[in-house]
Amino acid sequence: MSNYHTKTVTELSAMLQAGEVSSVELTRYFLDRIKSSDDKLNSFITVCEEDALAQAKQSDEKLKAGNAPALTGVPIAHKDIFCTEGIKTSCASKMLDNFISPYDATVVTNMRNAGVVMLGKTNMDEFAMGSSNETSYYGAVKNPWNLNAVPGGSSGGSAAAVSARIAPAATGTDTGGSIRQPAAFCGITGLKPTYGRVSRFGMIAFASSLDQAGPMGQSASDCALLLNAMAGFDEKDSTSIEKEVPDYSADLDKPLDGLRIGLPKEYFAHTEGGMNADVEAAIKTALDQYKAMGAELVDIELPNSGISVPVYYVVAPAECSANLSRFDGVRYGYRCEDPKDLNDLYTRSRGEGFGPEVQRRIMVGTYALSSGYYDAYYLKAQQLRHLISDDFKKAYEQVDVIMAPATPETAFNIGEKTDDPISMYLSDIYTIAVNLAGIPAMSIPVGFVDGMPVGMQIMGNYFEEAKLLNVAHKYQQATDWHTQLPEEFK
Amino acid sequence: MSAVDPNWEVVIGLEIHAQLATKSKIFSGASTAYGAEPNTQTSVVDIALPGVLPVLNKEAVHMAVKFGMAIDAEVADRSVFARKNYFYPDLPKGYQISQFDLPIVGMGHINIELENGETKTIGVTRAHLEEDAGKSLHEDYAGMTGIDLNRAGTPLLEIVSEPDMRSAREAVAYMKKIHTLVQYIGICDGNMQEGSFRCDANVSVRPKGQEEFGTRAELKNINSFRFVERAINIEVERQIDLIEDGGSVVQETRLYDSVKNETRSMRSKEEANDYRYFPDPDLLPVIVTEEYRQQVRAELPELPEQKQQRYMDELGLSAYDAGVITSSIGLSSYFDTVNEKTGDAKLSANWITGELSARLNREEIEIENSSVDADALALLLLRIKDNTISGKIAKDVLDAMWNGEGSADEVIESKGLKQITDTGAIEAFVDEVIANNPSQFEELKGGKDKMMGFFVGQVMKMSKGKANPAQVNELIRSKMK
Repeated sequence: MSNYHTKTVTELSAMLQAGEVSSVELTRYFLDRIKSSDDKLNSFITVCEEDALAQAKQSDEKLKAGNAPALTGVPIAHKDIFCTEGIKTSCASKMLDNFISPYDATVVTNMRNAGVVMLGKTNMDEFAMGSSNETSYYGAVKNPWNLNAVPGGSSGGSAAAVSARIAPAATGTDTGGSIRQPAAFCGITGLKPTYGRVSRFGMIAFASSLDQAGPMGQSASDCALLLNAMAGFDEKDSTSIEKEVPDYSADLDKPLDGLRIGLPKEYFAHTEGGMNADVEAAIKTALDQYKAMGAELVDIELPNSGISVPVYYVVAPAECSANLSRFDGVRYGYRCEDPKDLNDLYTRSRGEGFGPEVQRRIMVGTYALSSGYYDAYYLKAQQLRHLISDDFKKAYEQVDVIMAPATPETAFNIGEKTDDPISMYLSDIYTIAVNLAGIPAMSIPVGFVDGMPVGMQIMGNYFEEAKLLNVAHKYQQATDWHTQLPEEFK
Repeated sequence: MSAVDPNWEVVIGLEIHAQLATKSKIFSGASTAYGAEPNTQTSVVDIALPGVLPVLNKEAVHMAVKFGMAIDAEVADRSVFARKNYFYPDLPKGYQISQFDLPIVGMGHINIELENGETKTIGVTRAHLEEDAGKSLHEDYAGMTGIDLNRAGTPLLEIVSEPDMRSAREAVAYMKKIHTLVQYIGICDGNMQEGSFRCDANVSVRPKGQEEFGTRAELKNINSFRFVERAINIEVERQIDLIEDGGSVVQETRLYDSVKNETRSMRSKEEANDYRYFPDPDLLPVIVTEEYRQQVRAELPELPEQKQQRYMDELGLSAYDAGVITSSIGLSSYFDTVNEKTGDAKLSANWITGELSARLNREEIEIENSSVDADALALLLLRIKDNTISGKIAKDVLDAMWNGEGSADEVIESKGLKQITDTGAIEAFVDEVIANNPSQFEELKGGKDKMMGFFVGQVMKMSKGKANPAQVNELIRSKMK
């Protein structure tokens, strides 16, 4: 039996194109791996065996015919936040447990057009609200590096599936760190693109001004291939940006000589809730590697970093409180048994259909938008967002990219933070500012602490995904952290 | 109708909802056509499936800007869509996309004519774009409610006036003026039965001479001019009675019941929703450039007041006739056709504002539904001009045409109404009348000019109205020599 799971998407794509393996064989291989391993992880909500094999068969025909796009026949998984025609799209909520989408999200369409085969839909925090994947209606996802630890969230299922190589790659979404934090916790490479780079159409909205879809893979090179397929203007999303999509694979090997890397002092400060010393050591080692590759480290300031978490926890809940109003038990989704009247229909359908974290955020958001509080909370938060963006704009006049830890610590244990929402929220302390500013950022694996992966964050200027991927790829050419596999899934 | 107590002053402001005549909805590609089977004109966006996003229909923006230009308003460089949050089954997203603090059209104005002939300027505070909700159908489903989302997402322009109106009559005049304008500029079909044009009225009263406004009540969703007038008058009466009895008006939303002719409370200010408006993060701000404004201004058709002036200057119509004719786009285009075919503007105007309007009013129908169309009326007027019939006979012919008895020519033919112009035939009538009334004829000859009317009348009577009056006159005069 071949070890297809040790191959990157870049490698699998080459093998498919060369006819060394068929898509059907590859797809069956990963379906089998999901079957044998996912009981331990719970990373999938839906596995689409029949559909996947049918798509694989078509892919093989296209490959035979020649001129098939690079990703043709490569099996991947979609986060269950993306609408998929004819397939359950639950957003990991009881509310949508019975929802079969009649249409495809643009990301799904783009990936389909690029030739990928969809293995299934991955688990996540309910409506992407969470940092540990424990809020899912379908149960917690386990971290492949330690089955007692969380994989991070909200794209925890995608991260765990890629980390255990039961899917070669997956899509994720990132509202406050939901791609980068689980990528860091699971030792994979994840990219949150610039806001507007990837269409949000068909991606179930959490916080519209922050949500952005991106790739989660084994390497920067894989993420480049996936982003090539995902990115692009979409007339169905007014906030998507009409800007040419470069070939993200083209500049991967550019030398890093003279690259200026900004190190924000606020992200390296030794404050309470700040970075764990061992995590810091791993990051420092990675930075030394960059120095060795010709980069220059520059100390910078992002003085408004401290307000990111409070600003985020006003803006995101406010937007979610409206975005989730459509789940009312009237047209689709969960409806309570035997409603007595309209009010009963609403309160019980929503009270029973949404989990506690979702309800908490809807209430916080409703409060923040209420008459008399709007100016003090939502309006103020939006004003402060500009300060955070301005910090980054100023920084990029000085440096090419900014590096920092992705998370203050490695993956925590399941159940450790479920009773303490604030400490849970603080696990996104390094990732949130990026969403508030709308810039692109990645997390790449840079070492281990007590057997658990450490992720380093690389933040770029608007639309400089290609530079981020180049910077990450060069590091991955010189190191092998990203090729490590958890013992149980080797 | 009640006459308002002279000690009180009425203050009225209107919020008019005009449905924009776009082919597709404001945020989706679904059709806006009226009357389809329930839920057949709904896209995934209109039913608010998870993950869908709104995309602004540029034509709706175009129409709003057109309206702004037509009322000389400030059209905003940048306007913003906001979410108005409330739960209702026919509001699929749980919020309505509307505009709140940054509307597309700012302060403008429009003139109305008062009953005393004076002109009054009514301020238009703002006009903003928003989407309509669907419909809840409470009948037909025992104990249940049906939801039809065909209307959900239909573009509306909400036109908000200043509290400048001082009577129900003024309110109706203003509403009619806006109704005419939106049809002139082609942004709304004005169909009130189908709800394309409806209004809410904010009504308050204050003692004459008092500066500050009284507490207002908002009368919801009134969809005819007649009901607006009645609803306001009955509400004014209620408020005055209430205050005079020592009570006070509460700020609330009230519903007008046209059957009982009363208003009743829907919800008070305390129960009012907190709509939690905030800018919709799914939509970009609407940017209108000066260049675009100029372009739209250049596209504007002739507006009612301009047309009225032109009818007076070029066609010699009276201010009154020109005003009546331009008060509706249907009436003015009807007039244009009749005028073109007859080449006689005054005759056309007289007949349209007189005989035709009387019949339309009697049957309470709009000019568009007139059973005599412009071509048919023009033919009738041509028969007056070529002396086939007299103006008096023409009224009878119009009645017959109105009742579907055929064209003017057919009616004249079948009823034998053709004017007698044969001098011999008329002379026979004249001779007979003179023979029957010798003493009166002597008086006429003796200089009693009033007798002329008597003789003409007698001849006309004898000819059953068909004799040409001019010829009758002439013949009688010749007999006097």
